[in-house]
Amino acid sequence: MTEPTLPSISGLPFKHGHFDEIVEAGGGAGWFEVHAENYMGAGGPPHRMLEEVRALRPLSLHGVGLSIGGEGRLDRDHLNRLKALIERFQPASFSEHLAWSTHDDVYFNDLLPLPYNAATLTRVADHIDEAQEALGVRMLLENPSSYTELAGSDMSEIDFLTEVARRTGCGLLLDVNNVYVSANNQGFAPDAYLAEFPTHLVGEVHLAGHAAEMEADSGRLLIDSHDRRVDAAVWGLFKQLIAATGPLPVLIEWDADIPDFAVLQAEAAIADRALAAARGELIAAQ
Amino acid sequence: MTAAVSASDGEAAMAAALLAPDLPAPAAVANGRRFAVYRNNVAVGLIDAIAATYPAVLALVGEDFFRAAAREFVLAHPPRSPILIEYGGDFPDWIVGFPPAQGVPYLGDVARIEWAWNRAYNAADAAPMDAARLAEVSPEDLIASRATLHPSISLIASHYPAMSIWAQATERVERSDLDMAAAEHGLIARPDETVDARAISSPMAAFLSALSSGATIGAAAEAFGDEQDLFAECLTALFQLRLVVGLDAAAEENQQQEGGE
Repeated sequence: MTEPTLPSISGLPFKHGHFDEIVEAGGGAGWFEVHAENYMGAGGPPHRMLEEVRALRPLSLHGVGLSIGGEGRLDRDHLNRLKALIERFQPASFSEHLAWSTHDDVYFNDLLPLPYNAATLTRVADHIDEAQEALGVRMLLENPSSYTELAGSDMSEIDFLTEVARRTGCGLLLDVNNVYVSANNQGFAPDAYLAEFPTHLVGEVHLAGHAAEMEADSGRLLIDSHDRRVDAAVWGLFKQLIAATGPLPVLIEWDADIPDFAVLQAEAAIADRALAAARGELIAAQ
Repeated sequence: MTAAVSASDGEAAMAAALLAPDLPAPAAVANGRRFAVYRNNVAVGLIDAIAATYPAVLALVGEDFFRAAAREFVLAHPPRSPILIEYGGDFPDWIVGFPPAQGVPYLGDVARIEWAWNRAYNAADAAPMDAARLAEVSPEDLIASRATLHPSISLIASHYPAMSIWAQATERVERSDLDMAAAEHGLIARPDETVDARAISSPMAAFLSALSSGATIGAAAEAFGDEQDLFAECLTALFQLRLVVGLDAAAEENQQQEGGE
């Protein structure tokens, strides 16, 4: 099983509207991430654009439709499509989510929560074994954002992720914005979560913007909206994280109300300054 | 074991409640009110996907009407595959049968154009035959040939000027008054990198339709009767628009022999 890795610098999502600028800049970001399902059409311009971008920079292939946390069997056709993409585009990383998105053949286009217990742990580990076997790569599993707890959970998310990684050999994708959103919505401390996280397993970090809503009881609900800049509190958590771990590959996610490429580049520059600072601190500490 | 909410009950109950706004939040969800976030994410995500594929329909009926209609559609016809670029092909037929849209009789045809556009964009790639190669084929061989059309092609037949309505609604052309009684035929194809969507003549539409159902070029020519000049025009357009990816084996073989290789 191959273990491709992304460079420990910032990366950006590849949005088709930014294609010309990316080509003109000869890259314009350290690496690019795409949602695998957007390249599962039979042909057409998306494939060609991705080929050009891939020729310029390393690629992270991020799946949103495998439904690894689901009760049903993994979709073999979908695994085959992912395998074809991996063979064609040779990504430096393949990642998916600790969530389900398909039930009884209906695809919900959302990352839906599952309870954390012994039975779901076995199921998720089996699915990851199957995916890694079929795809021939070590994958990264991403922590979800959540809005409410589920009955039937008797393990912490961190224990669950750690045990899945131990059983399957997969790595983890740590989404710091998801940690912040979940912590707010479920009432735990995000820095304590990060301090406990098995960071030696982290192969990639995600950062993104979130929306805030006031609830009827004056509580604050955070929504993982990916439609704005990274929040200051999330930057703070990220800096805290990499001060402890050293530099990691970090993606600025942005999936709705896509801004100009320069706005994404400005966010990436903030991440790179933080990575440089973390590098300096590590050197100073040696 | 306490209050038996099995993992299984959780997923099935959640799946059902996500698509049925009238159902209460599933019992497994600790904070029922918060379940609305998942419900909203699912509906809005799918409505956005439909809106991205059908911008002309949206422009014609307005954002509020469109999103309300799309909400009904996505809840009744959720995707059956995680490939969202292939989602929404049954929206044109659905909108035709959607009672509040009856006042816009051409809406279904415009939606079909947009689905054809989406289909063409993501269709399999194939290299069109060069028009120059047509000159290398003898008239006899050509008449006996079957043309393989490009996989991206769709034909649209409308009782309305649907191609013109679509072009105006998507601001590809300036707005102007249209004769709503003027029927139009449309051709949507992507021979290379760009989707080509255009109104075509009724004879050209019949010609393409005959070729796509497997008629030889000769048989398709017979349908033109005395109007062989018109046939010649359509044949020229067929190659100029880069719609043919191959002629059938008999003609190809002859051509190779003539090419001396």
